[in-house]
Amino acid sequence: MFKKLHDDGAARVTVTIDGQAVQVPAGETVAAATLIHGLSPFRTSAVSGVPRAPFCMMGVCFDCLVEIDGTPNRQACQVRVAEGMAIRRQDGAGGSAP
Amino acid sequence: MTARHELAVIGAGPAGLAAATTATELGLEVAIFDDQPAPGGQIYRGVERTPLADPAVLGEDYRRGAGLAEAFRASGAAYHPSCGVWLLTPEREIGLLDNGQARFVTAGRVIIAGGAMERPVPFPGWTLPGVMTAGAGQILLKSVGMVPEKEVVLAGTGPLLLLLAAQYLRVGVRIAALLDMTPRSNALRALPQLPAALSAFGTLAKGLALKREIRRAGVRVVKGVTSLRALGEACLEAVVYEAGGREQRLDSELLLVHFGVIPDSNTTRSLGVRHLWDSRQLCWRPAVDAWGNTDVEGFAVVGDGAGIGGALAAEHAGRLAALEAARALGRIDVAERDERAAPARAAVVKELRVRPFLDALFQPAPELISRLDDDTVVCRCEEVTAGQVREAVGQGCTGPNQLKSFTRCGMGPCQGRQCGTTVSQLIGHTLGRPVEEIGAYRIRPPLKPINLTQLAALDSEEGEAA
Repeated sequence: MFKKLHDDGAARVTVTIDGQAVQVPAGETVAAATLIHGLSPFRTSAVSGVPRAPFCMMGVCFDCLVEIDGTPNRQACQVRVAEGMAIRRQDGAGGSAP
Repeated sequence: MTARHELAVIGAGPAGLAAATTATELGLEVAIFDDQPAPGGQIYRGVERTPLADPAVLGEDYRRGAGLAEAFRASGAAYHPSCGVWLLTPEREIGLLDNGQARFVTAGRVIIAGGAMERPVPFPGWTLPGVMTAGAGQILLKSVGMVPEKEVVLAGTGPLLLLLAAQYLRVGVRIAALLDMTPRSNALRALPQLPAALSAFGTLAKGLALKREIRRAGVRVVKGVTSLRALGEACLEAVVYEAGGREQRLDSELLLVHFGVIPDSNTTRSLGVRHLWDSRQLCWRPAVDAWGNTDVEGFAVVGDGAGIGGALAAEHAGRLAALEAARALGRIDVAERDERAAPARAAVVKELRVRPFLDALFQPAPELISRLDDDTVVCRCEEVTAGQVREAVGQGCTGPNQLKSFTRCGMGPCQGRQCGTTVSQLIGHTLGRPVEEIGAYRIRPPLKPINLTQLAALDSEEGEAA
């Protein structure tokens, strides 16, 4: 869905997204890192289980909720990636997607 | 121990940065709390360290933010980035989530400069992955240099949509179409406001230049678009729009929508500040005086969070609130405050002169809310549709807070940020009563998600301190 205009030369950290190790620029948000790797949806909705992904990118829509290091319902657009971070896409109200 | 600050500023956008800088220069001890990792707010996001090879593509207005951030850094105000506010009490206790750690501070005065958010306007399919806001697209561009991979569809109304289109064109992004949903009747309705707006000729000229730039690039601009639908199963596949009574379809994987900006009022609501319905900007805003003071003692609200005025007005309003804080805290007297305030006051007046024109020109069509399809999701979190809201009203529900118990509307993680404005209007339309009589959701802390582990850590720290 999105691409980088150019490599900004930022230092990289390694995170896992659904168990897959990926290299992402340090300082980037979890939402940006996940979007650039083409991973969508981020979760399924709590009520009817439909797919969702980031909408606002500024912390007001709460549609980018993912599990980070075992804690569900974290706002991916508000959390910065860190070395070794485990990001999991979320199923419904919380808990990991299969 | 709970730290105490003379002045706390919440938010590091133009209003907050200017307020903190001015207050520090006036001799106040200032702490600024911002949930972002770097100063600038949304408008000047990433301004200190742009990921773009040529930041000029963002436009000359963006550069002003660098000067604001620099002056702020030099001022000596204590800066707390990645530090969100989850609690605010009338006693001026502030609950913070500081880089994931919960803590409390208190303050002699508080200036809230929380800024704006994009107006959420529901339409069929707006919850699909691949449908985002224009602001989201711009945040990705400014902060990490990310742009749409394939052709993007832009839709809605407002200056930000034009600015994003121009910025995208400058970095080579292909725009499938710009669907202009500005009602055709707006131009006529805005006309009486034009003479006053002409004093802000520069602002108007910039807007026209953006339109020219978009036209010259050969972007397909569709005027008079009256409805929008996003189609797809797992993600967006196509956008269907109606213009001149005819439906058209565009295949696309990314749709960015924008319907103007409104104050992000959850913080001020939770504090119990009185809010007014702004019938020009179609949103709630806190009632403030000329210095930003609210009806809650010791709290001021400035910038777009107090009503949309733009980045420049926000900056000057921040300075006014800082002067008022210095007066209230006994550093300067009324005469000195008023004298020092004159340039900022004049600048605010000048900046706001163009607003009535812009507000009328870009006001979204009221039908987007009043004629919402019954099947369209209004509350994204609890997945409550417009039809369910109307049904609840039919069963005797008279306001947004009652609607919560009827439908759970507004009770999900976003705490009504996405559906609040829509719901107040929709209930008003359904009952045939003005929005100000309908009211809005009561907002309760925590304003940001905070988990039990973080709260428990707070308790044990307090215990040790005692």
